[in-house]
Amino acid sequence: MDRVILHCDLNSFYASVECLHHPEYRNVPMAVGGDVEKRHGIILAKNQLAKKAGVTTGEALWQALQKCPDLILVKPNFSHYLRFSRMVRAIYADYSDKIESFGIDEVWIDVTESIHLFGTPRALADAIRERVKLELGVTISVGVSFNKVFAKLGSDYKKPDATTEITRENMKEIVWPLPIEDLLYVGRATTQKLHLLGIYTIGDCATTEVAVLKRRLGKWGEVLWRFANGEENSVVSVQHYEPLVKSIGNSTTCPRDLRSLQDVKIVTYILAESVAARLKEAHLMASVISIGVRDIHLKGFTRQIKLSQATHLSDDIAHAAMGLFDKNVDFTTPLRSIGVKASDLSVIELPIQLDLFTDQVAHQRALNLENTIDVIRERYGFNSVQRLMMKEDPLLSQFNPKQDHVIFPESYFKG
Amino acid sequence: MAKKIYVDVILQHSKEGQIRPLAIVWANGVKYTIDKITQITRAASTIAGGTGIRYTCYIQGQARYLFLEEDRWFIESKGQGA
Repeated sequence: MDRVILHCDLNSFYASVECLHHPEYRNVPMAVGGDVEKRHGIILAKNQLAKKAGVTTGEALWQALQKCPDLILVKPNFSHYLRFSRMVRAIYADYSDKIESFGIDEVWIDVTESIHLFGTPRALADAIRERVKLELGVTISVGVSFNKVFAKLGSDYKKPDATTEITRENMKEIVWPLPIEDLLYVGRATTQKLHLLGIYTIGDCATTEVAVLKRRLGKWGEVLWRFANGEENSVVSVQHYEPLVKSIGNSTTCPRDLRSLQDVKIVTYILAESVAARLKEAHLMASVISIGVRDIHLKGFTRQIKLSQATHLSDDIAHAAMGLFDKNVDFTTPLRSIGVKASDLSVIELPIQLDLFTDQVAHQRALNLENTIDVIRERYGFNSVQRLMMKEDPLLSQFNPKQDHVIFPESYFKG
Repeated sequence: MAKKIYVDVILQHSKEGQIRPLAIVWANGVKYTIDKITQITRAASTIAGGTGIRYTCYIQGQARYLFLEEDRWFIESKGQGA
């Protein structure tokens, strides 16, 4: 029997929450975005009126203001959004225990085993939609399908506040005419490759020989082909309780563009120190360090490296991150924001396999030093002890990363 | 325009752990006893802008929504102010 999977997406989530709390924003174009003066300025979400005026998510505040001079800009209030995200999840949990989050505002729910209690899949989706609207005052769009990828396409198909059902019968009419870039995990680079093959819609991809796709895209070709044909069968992971931390990361939009490795180094060390402090606070060590980069055109990528030994030292983290920057960034386009993330976490208490070539005494000394610095910072403030390199560019180094840590969306493919 | 007005509320905590609002105390000190509660549900207030647990209360013969949002109580005012 086919599974019944819902994908629920909170419509213009941040903007909807703000509009609920501020009735005065409802009839004017408004958007949630960062801080103009510090250049932390991109649009994170916008309401319907702003959308009509052409404001798009991800563009700089000044661009949005050019298109729509009356736009009301609101600073994001993340604790609010997290509270709403939790409350929405509580509603979902009334219908199934198989709920998998994808970012703060999207989830998949596998209701295969509980659907008999609630009638048809569409009736259930509509019931959830009504409850969210009535109880929380925000709207969701729901996609109903037999796999996760099509469910997600369904929730994107019609919004806000709508249900779209994609079945084996209607998938060729609904899914196949959609542009290929709507498919999960088809980004800019893949889209270009597919266009070269003459593949512009999901249907084109589905009807192409698998071998052709494999030759051009490797094993991804086959994955996409299966996605397009509705043969995706990954499970919605069961979450009985809140998952433990999977990664700790910090990123920042810099007060000025980063044009050289030296610029990157200053920011990286600050981020690494924050990540290290938070790892230590949580009694964790990380084996994988990754960097995220976004250039002035808001294009970005991530790279990661596996360490030979798990660490929570800022020097190790910064060193690994700098290695990645050195290898992967050429600065033809200046960078606007960068991030450092530690993952593949293990608890400190776990015994460590020592090796002959690492100087354990030096390692212990470095650890003692960092612990001491953390204590000093806790008592006298983050800037009470600084690396000398921070003095080279006071503008770049004047932020406290512990205050603005990010929520990374969870990876779709586990493990 | 409708406003969101936070109010003081006198509560009864039962030994089973339930709470029940008994009276609303207005900003000028006047106490309004809640005669009857007819519905308790999770709901959003689109008028005042907020969300929480909504108590439908009867006060002096009139139905009034009283919301518990996190740890504060508010009512929807129709503009006459507190």
